[in-house]
Amino acid sequence: MPLKGDRLPGQDMFQRRLNRAPSPIIATIVPWISIALSSLVPLSPIIASAPVLPPVSYMLLVAWRLFRPGLLPIWAGAPLGLVDDLFSGQPFGSGVLLWSITMIGLEGLDNWQRDRTFWMDWLIAILLIAAYLAIGHVFTWLAGSVWYPSLMLPQLLLAMLSFPLFTRLVAILDLLRLARVKVLG
Amino acid sequence: MAPAERRPGFSKRAHISIFTSYVFAIVGVLLGVVLLIASFVSPGSFAFARSAATDAVRPAGEASAVTRNSGRSVIDIISGYIAAGSQNAELAEELHLARAKLAEMEAISDENRRLKQLLSLREKDIRPVASARLIGSSPASTRRFALIGAGRKDGVLVGMPVRSATGLVGRVLETGRRTARILLVTDGQSMVPVRRIKGNVTGFAQGQADGTLIVRLIEMGINPLEKGDLLVTSGSGGLYRPNVPVAIVENLTRDGAVARIISDPAATDFVMVEPIWQPMTELDMEPEQ
Repeated sequence: MPLKGDRLPGQDMFQRRLNRAPSPIIATIVPWISIALSSLVPLSPIIASAPVLPPVSYMLLVAWRLFRPGLLPIWAGAPLGLVDDLFSGQPFGSGVLLWSITMIGLEGLDNWQRDRTFWMDWLIAILLIAAYLAIGHVFTWLAGSVWYPSLMLPQLLLAMLSFPLFTRLVAILDLLRLARVKVLG
Repeated sequence: MAPAERRPGFSKRAHISIFTSYVFAIVGVLLGVVLLIASFVSPGSFAFARSAATDAVRPAGEASAVTRNSGRSVIDIISGYIAAGSQNAELAEELHLARAKLAEMEAISDENRRLKQLLSLREKDIRPVASARLIGSSPASTRRFALIGAGRKDGVLVGMPVRSATGLVGRVLETGRRTARILLVTDGQSMVPVRRIKGNVTGFAQGQADGTLIVRLIEMGINPLEKGDLLVTSGSGGLYRPNVPVAIVENLTRDGAVARIISDPAATDFVMVEPIWQPMTELDMEPEQ
């Protein structure tokens, strides 16, 4: 498309066009669907004999919440955590509780401190994931498993390093969220 | 990116909607606490929900299991080509030895059968209840569960032991209609009675959630285990039938050992669900002939 006047390329990307407009339904459900689908990671081809994967669905929740605040309502932690609990192997209710607390905590953080850089968001995500894994391990210990904190180090390291990838994923999904779809009339 | 200003100003409606969403969020926290306490008190209380959910997404798990198996075989084929020559010579050597051993073994098993007949013990052949693919696991949790693609409809019941061709994998914890959740032997809650395959050393193998088992011997004293010893199920207490390979001793501790499991679930295509083994029924049975 040739540049005309003072318009920037891609400026009209999310605007309505003839027979094409962003759908409000898709714009709302993409974060929900993407987080719920990432809760299905336990059904991936990897059969792990040790906890090796980072908590993918929780990381996606944190990424959506940090980089697109206001999309997920503050109560979104409970239903999404419930879906995660069905597959994660953690004691049932651990996701509901921890995800709800995360959403409330991040809302409080946003009210207190708004202007953050990417690095600060990354640090916040690392702290949240570390706390999430640690408390999750306490829950499994209370449910009768062994106490073995160093078991979480590999997945924590992976989570720390891979979090920027999740922010990129959120950016891609965000474009998809606002894409124009066919409309009638 | 800094979020946009979201202060509600003087709009009463906006104030109420923020208040409501906080109420919902706090209800979510309380719900989480209640569910968590319920699952601590009785761990199986939400089995129905988990089973229904895994039943619903079973096709995805089956598809990824197929991907896993074919992905691994590609790597095997490539590494097979590289190692073909030297492996061939090695295998030919081994085959010679194995043939001689096989003749010996046949004689021994023949003798064994005769001796058992003398004792009027009946040899019960154990037929697997079902065989299924491993369709999932708990890769991010410190619990060790796996999911298989067979459930109540295939005759799978809670408590049945699950094994692969190489060794013990775990036991069935929850059953759905076409899926079942398995407690792997490496989970911290799994306790398997084991014995060393040679000699009379018995103990328990408890999972450590990292792919190894802690072996605790029943008899205290000098630790008779050695590195490389093979541990098999002892069959005591029922549930697991005897002589299924479990683990190989890797490191010795003061009163036992750390052992690595033989049947790594990541390298297993199919697993077999076996009936619960009950030693008493075998003793009660009428002697044959």
